[in-house]
Amino acid sequence: MSSTIRIERVSKSFKAGQPVLHDLNLEIRPSEIVSLLGPSGCGKSTLLRLLSGLERDHAGRLLVDGQEIVAPSRAVGFMFQEPRLLPWLTVRDNITFGLQVRDRRQTEPLVRELIEQVQLGECADLLPRQLSGGMAQRVALARSLATQPGVLLLDEPFSAVDALTRMRLQELLLSVWQRRRFTMLLVTHDIDEALYLSDRVAVLSGRPATVREIVHVDLPRPRDRRAQEMLQQRAHLLEALRVAGSNQLTGYGTPFGV
Amino acid sequence: METNLKRAALPARIWPGPAIGRKQWMPWARRIIFFGGLFLGWEMIAQAGIWPAYLFPAPSVVIGTLVNGIGKGLYLTAAWVSLQRIAVGYAISLAIGVALGLLIGRVRALNDTLGWLVLGLQALPSVCWLPLAILWMGLNERAIIFVVVMGALFSITLGVETGVKNTPPQYVKAARVLGARGLALYTGVVLPAALPAILGGLKQGWTFAWRSLMAGELLFFTLSLGNLLQTGRDLNDAAQVMAVMLMIILVGVTIDQAIFAPLERRVRARWGLSG
Repeated sequence: MSSTIRIERVSKSFKAGQPVLHDLNLEIRPSEIVSLLGPSGCGKSTLLRLLSGLERDHAGRLLVDGQEIVAPSRAVGFMFQEPRLLPWLTVRDNITFGLQVRDRRQTEPLVRELIEQVQLGECADLLPRQLSGGMAQRVALARSLATQPGVLLLDEPFSAVDALTRMRLQELLLSVWQRRRFTMLLVTHDIDEALYLSDRVAVLSGRPATVREIVHVDLPRPRDRRAQEMLQQRAHLLEALRVAGSNQLTGYGTPFGV
Repeated sequence: METNLKRAALPARIWPGPAIGRKQWMPWARRIIFFGGLFLGWEMIAQAGIWPAYLFPAPSVVIGTLVNGIGKGLYLTAAWVSLQRIAVGYAISLAIGVALGLLIGRVRALNDTLGWLVLGLQALPSVCWLPLAILWMGLNERAIIFVVVMGALFSITLGVETGVKNTPPQYVKAARVLGARGLALYTGVVLPAALPAILGGLKQGWTFAWRSLMAGELLFFTLSLGNLLQTGRDLNDAAQVMAVMLMIILVGVTIDQAIFAPLERRVRARWGLSG
C-alpha cells in the first residue's frame, strides 16, 4: 500500500497573521521518502497538518492518490513529535485504537506483526506510563500504521529522544518501511536525519514558505552515516538552508531550529 | 549578617518537615497518640463536672451509647433508612448531573446559559431548598430526596463539565488522525480523558448529598440518623446526639473509603496521574 501525494500551488495564512505557505508545489511518488527541511517556524508543520486534514482553509490543492483531502482519514497516518498515547489504554489497545471494532478479528494478525516489527513483543500489555520515550514512540509508529495508510506523515518524530535512540528509531522506521513501502513525508530539523532517511530533501524558504531547492540523495540503503558522499550532501544542504534562512521575513528563529 | 544568610539558606520548613524514610507505622502511631490524648483530655474535663453530664458527657459514655445503639439495632435501622434515601437521591443526581455536565461541556449555547445557572445554584447551600421542598411536596420522603438531589447535582454537573472541557487537545488530535470522530471520538477519548475529573465531581457530590440528607432529616419524624439527632435533643440527651454524630461520621467515612477512595486510586494509577 503506497500512495502518491500532490501538493499543487498551496497557500495558507492564519487569520491575524502573514501568509505561512505561499504557492507551494511538491509531488511525491509512491513509496518515496521525502524530508522537509527549513528554517524554524517556516510552516513545515503547517503543511503536514494540512495534508493530515487536521488543518483546513487553504488555497490550492492537496491530493493523496488523486483524492482531495478534506478531513483526517485512515488512508493518511500521522506521527507527532510526542507519542501522544492514550494513557488509559495498553500498548496493544493504543495500537488498535484506529481500527474499526468489527474489523478487530481480521486485523489481529496485522497488529501482531506490527508489534513484532517495532520490537514491542513483550510490552503489548503494558501501559504508556511504563514505557521509555523511545518505546512510546515505537508504539506511536505502530499505531499510525495499524490502519495501513498509504501515506505516513511524520512531524519531527524523533526530536524528543536522545541521539542514540534517535538513530535506532530511524533504522527501525526504515526497516518497517522496507516491508510496507508506504509513502513518507517527514518534517525535521535534523540534516543528518533527512540525509539518512530520504530519497529527496525539500529545502523550504522562510515565511511564507515555498520549495527553494530539492536535493536528491541517491545513495543505497542502508546508508553509512559517515560516508564521504553523505558529508558532501550535508555541506550542500547546510548551505541551502543558510540561504533559505537569510531570506526569512519574520526574522525570528535560527536556521536549524536549535 | 553572615549567620543570617546561612539561616536563610536553610529550607524554609524545618519543622514540621516531610518525613523521609520514616517507617510505615509512624502515621498510625501519631494518630493513636493524638486521638488517645484527645479522648483522655475530654474524659478528664467531663469527669471534672464543670458542666452537667447530660450536656457534656464523657467519651466513655458516648461510646457506650453508640455501642448500645448499634447493639439494639436502632442505629443500624436508622442508618439503613438514611442510606436508602441517599441511594435514591444520589442515583437521580448522578443521572441528571452526568447528562447536564456532558451537554454543558459540549454545547456552547448551553454553556453560556445553563452553565451560569449551575454555577449560581452551586453557591446555594442545599438546605435552602428545604422550605420550598416542604411547600411543594409536603413534609415527606420526596422532599428529603429533593434536597439531597439539589445538594449533589451541581457538584456532579460541574465535575463532568470541567473534565469534558479540559480534555487535552493533543489526545483529541491523535485520535482524529486515526480516523476517530463524532460519537466514537467522544466515548473513546473525551470521556475517558475526563474520568479523573468526573470522579472528583462524583465524590464531592456524595459528600454534599450526605450533608444535605442529614440537614433534611432533622425536620422529619420517621426514624433515620438525622431524626435520631433531633430525638437526642428532645430528650436532653447529649450522649445520644454525640453518639449519632459519630455514627454519621462512621457511615460517611466508610462509604468514602469503601467506594470512592479505591475507585479514585485505580483510575489515577491507570491514567498515570499518581506518584
